[in-house]
Amino acid sequence: MIAIVDYGAGNLVSVKKALDWLGAESAITSDPGQVAKASKIVLPGVGHFASTAALGRLGLQDAIANAIGRGIPFLGICVGMQWMFERSQESPKTLGLGLMEGECERFPDSVKSPHVGWNQLEVASSSRLLRGVPSSAFVYFTHSYRAPVSDTTTACCEYGGRFSAAVERDHLFGVQFHPEKSGEIGLTLLGNFCAL
Amino acid sequence: MLTKRIIACLDVDGGRVVKGVQFENLRDAGDPAELAKAHSASGADEIVLLDISAAHEQRGTLLDTVRRAARQLFIPFTVGGGIRTLEDAAAVFSAGADKISINSAALADPTLITRIAERFGSQAVVVAIDAKRSDGGNRWEAFTHGGRAGTGRDAVSWAQEAESCGAGEILLTSMDRDGTGSGFDCDLTRAVADSVRIPVIASGGAGGAQHFVEVFRRGHADAALAASIFHYGFGRLIELKQQVATQGIPMRLPC
Repeated sequence: MIAIVDYGAGNLVSVKKALDWLGAESAITSDPGQVAKASKIVLPGVGHFASTAALGRLGLQDAIANAIGRGIPFLGICVGMQWMFERSQESPKTLGLGLMEGECERFPDSVKSPHVGWNQLEVASSSRLLRGVPSSAFVYFTHSYRAPVSDTTTACCEYGGRFSAAVERDHLFGVQFHPEKSGEIGLTLLGNFCAL
Repeated sequence: MLTKRIIACLDVDGGRVVKGVQFENLRDAGDPAELAKAHSASGADEIVLLDISAAHEQRGTLLDTVRRAARQLFIPFTVGGGIRTLEDAAAVFSAGADKISINSAALADPTLITRIAERFGSQAVVVAIDAKRSDGGNRWEAFTHGGRAGTGRDAVSWAQEAESCGAGEILLTSMDRDGTGSGFDCDLTRAVADSVRIPVIASGGAGGAQHFVEVFRRGHADAALAASIFHYGFGRLIELKQQVATQGIPMRLPC
């Protein structure tokens, strides 16, 4: 069972719907016990980085950190990916999980923000998550902060500078875009995660 | 590069798509779920479903329509029409919408924008503005209730207020151009797009590929929406996008 972690940050129906379509068994949950039993974990997230503070309050952060320590595959989407980094300028007092190095930062004033719409991936290195996803594929973004490019970056995107569109290390995966809203490309990626 | 979006709009009354529909290979050309899926397959970047049902008792039908359409739709899906409260919005989200669009209710109480944005994120809140030229054509007035009621509010300043309340996008319809097929109102679109930081979706007046090129280039629109053009003029939306792309506008191709 794939746990879709609900920490009160927005609407998780779309992620559940995509996993249902792929035939994967999943449940939306805010119960640390159920997260602890999951075979895989998806952490979606829209809105503000500060909302991830609820993960600590609800006991979900410990459950997730523990599962990751046991090798359970983890996928962070949008703010869920940003939470994998150390921190974000959006809410400097809220700490991320620090699985990836660096700080998420605001888009420069030279571009409209939020970054909303279909933009192109630049697939940078081999990736289990992006298997079958061509470089320059279009995916759907909606976000106001972005993660830096680092050695865990598997795909970049360009909008007022380059940023990490996808990151990967061992069994840890993050995507800034919304695979559940990115048509066939997104379903391919989610299918790869389900098949791990 | 971030592409300009072309959005297909379905006007729904009592669970059926209204306006003429001529889609090939559809079992039922008036079914919103079938049409949404067909538009997605033919290259739409996003789907907007606007419920124009007058009767309140048809809300249940709308939620069922949203649920059926959302089940097989994996591109952004916005639902608008008759959303007056946070609870109305929550019901539409749990039926599978990614964004809601609000118009009259937001003008009556702008805190509704903030309350929905705080719960579901700004990216999920589209404020729809129906605007009509006034003052001898020098400014635009926002209208509500399907264009029947003038508000005296300037459309540009209302867009700015909506942004400050937490709106994630503006869906801007020119009442002067709506249904004419004579092109988008690029002056209106540009006036709003240049005064806010959030994306602006132009609507009203689409008649051909050149109109999309103009509203992206001269109107500074981030996205453009049309309904009847996709039902009549273009069998496949992808052909429209290819024509727009050949003029140098970034489009998502192939879809």
